[in-house]
Amino acid sequence: MTYDMYREIIIDHYKDPHNFGIIKDADKSANKKNPLCGDEMQITVKLDKKKKISDIKFTGAGCSVSRAGGSILTDIVKGKRISELKKYTDRQFIQDMGVPITPARKKCALLSLETLRKALNITKPSVK
Amino acid sequence: MRKQLGQNIKKDFPIFKNNPGLVFLDSGASAQKPQAVIRAITDCYEKYYANVHRGIYKLSEKSSAAYESVRAKAAGFINAGSEKRIVFTRNTTESINLVAYTWGRQNIRAGDEILLTEMEHHANMLPWRVLAKEKKASVKYWPINQEGRLDLNELDKLLTKKTKLVAFTQMSNVLGTINPAKEIIKKIRSQGSALVLIDGAQSVPHFSVDVRDLDADFYVFSSHKMCGPTGVGVLYAKDEILEKMNPFLYGGDMIANVTLQEMEWSEVPAKFEAGTPAIAEVIGFGAAIDYLQDIGMDNVFKYEEEMVKAGLRALLSVEGLKLFGPHEPEARGAVFAFEIPGVHPHDAASIFDEQNIAVRAGHHCAQPLHQKLGIPASLRASFYLYNTLEDLNKLISGIKKAQEIFGL
Repeated sequence: MTYDMYREIIIDHYKDPHNFGIIKDADKSANKKNPLCGDEMQITVKLDKKKKISDIKFTGAGCSVSRAGGSILTDIVKGKRISELKKYTDRQFIQDMGVPITPARKKCALLSLETLRKALNITKPSVK
Repeated sequence: MRKQLGQNIKKDFPIFKNNPGLVFLDSGASAQKPQAVIRAITDCYEKYYANVHRGIYKLSEKSSAAYESVRAKAAGFINAGSEKRIVFTRNTTESINLVAYTWGRQNIRAGDEILLTEMEHHANMLPWRVLAKEKKASVKYWPINQEGRLDLNELDKLLTKKTKLVAFTQMSNVLGTINPAKEIIKKIRSQGSALVLIDGAQSVPHFSVDVRDLDADFYVFSSHKMCGPTGVGVLYAKDEILEKMNPFLYGGDMIANVTLQEMEWSEVPAKFEAGTPAIAEVIGFGAAIDYLQDIGMDNVFKYEEEMVKAGLRALLSVEGLKLFGPHEPEARGAVFAFEIPGVHPHDAASIFDEQNIAVRAGHHCAQPLHQKLGIPASLRASFYLYNTLEDLNKLISGIKKAQEIFGL
């Protein structure tokens, strides 16, 4: 994948993010800040009876990578159970984003996943 | 001599040979090192390294002499008048913490006031706030105006009988503003007995500083921003203040005599330098001072003045770009913080990086200042003696490229 293709994916999500907004009657929600750049994200989640994510939205001000991360993550986790997300690693998410993320931008990409974990009150899985 | 700065001087810095095409615009965070500095450190380790102030043998005598000679060089560099007024620390942050933990804890009492400015780096803000909280003293902030400058008339309203310390930066690491330190100190002296600490981290590398002419009580700066190694900072203070200050850290190399009952401290400045210091780094710092003095700080300043003028012209002509800090060249140094509306600073920095342009993106350890500017983060391009107009042109192309990618 060329850098330009990567950039296109990121910028598409940046300009037209999926699941952007706030769920008013959310069951779970959290805010998180990236202290490096001041980016802020809010995630709101609606759960069904089986503890599956039935709806999820994210919002906040941030860079293209953090916003693309939120856009892609919310697509991925919709329909997933909390128990499954407990096993979802940082590395897996970066892979699922499908675009190369430089080390300097990892924190931006992971802001969404960290905010989601905070909302669901789950901890980062240990890497085997 | 001026002609030798910029492109011609890059050859003194191995980093540019090993990274062809590098456009390094982050010297405000830390400057690159000339071969002479690297060689001085290698020489120390290869030829005469031993711990200082201890061994009764030739190597230790030689390394002690080399280490102590840098104290005299540092004193000369800022016209301290005596090497006894130079305390080596790890960096500017530690120098300020040293003052806050010793002088601060001995002198600040409940109800006292410490005056800071809104443009301070966290290093010259948090130690004072923690001290104030501990002592039930208060911290006041001298606001910046629209241009990112301090208004001297405001000072009259802020200084009171309770003001015990005024701490301010000589040059902002974000806005580039050069504060009129001498005038500020004169005004403070005319209104009371507050002591003054100047953060010189961004000024000492770029222009000649005379601490006695300024009449600063405390003056602090770092080696690594002036072509020297990391791990070395300087605290200058007046004799009578240093004499009354308690030690900061306790242990080896700072005592005159210890029994199981008694403890007697070394004389100033040794009493503030507990433990084995950064010997080779201090010696490397000496080489950095020699390097800059060879060029001449007035030449560095004149060269950078041209950079300031060219930088202002170029950045202010980019459509949509928002430049922070003064727009008059006389009021600032070659540190440019800016925003490209529609492009997040991290995205812009990544796009620059693709073109081998290194800038800083973030709040540059001045979060309250960014809150005042109404932005979470900014981009910062900081120039030094090895930067050229070509570097500036590449930055401008990088900015235009970022705008193009984001469809602006």
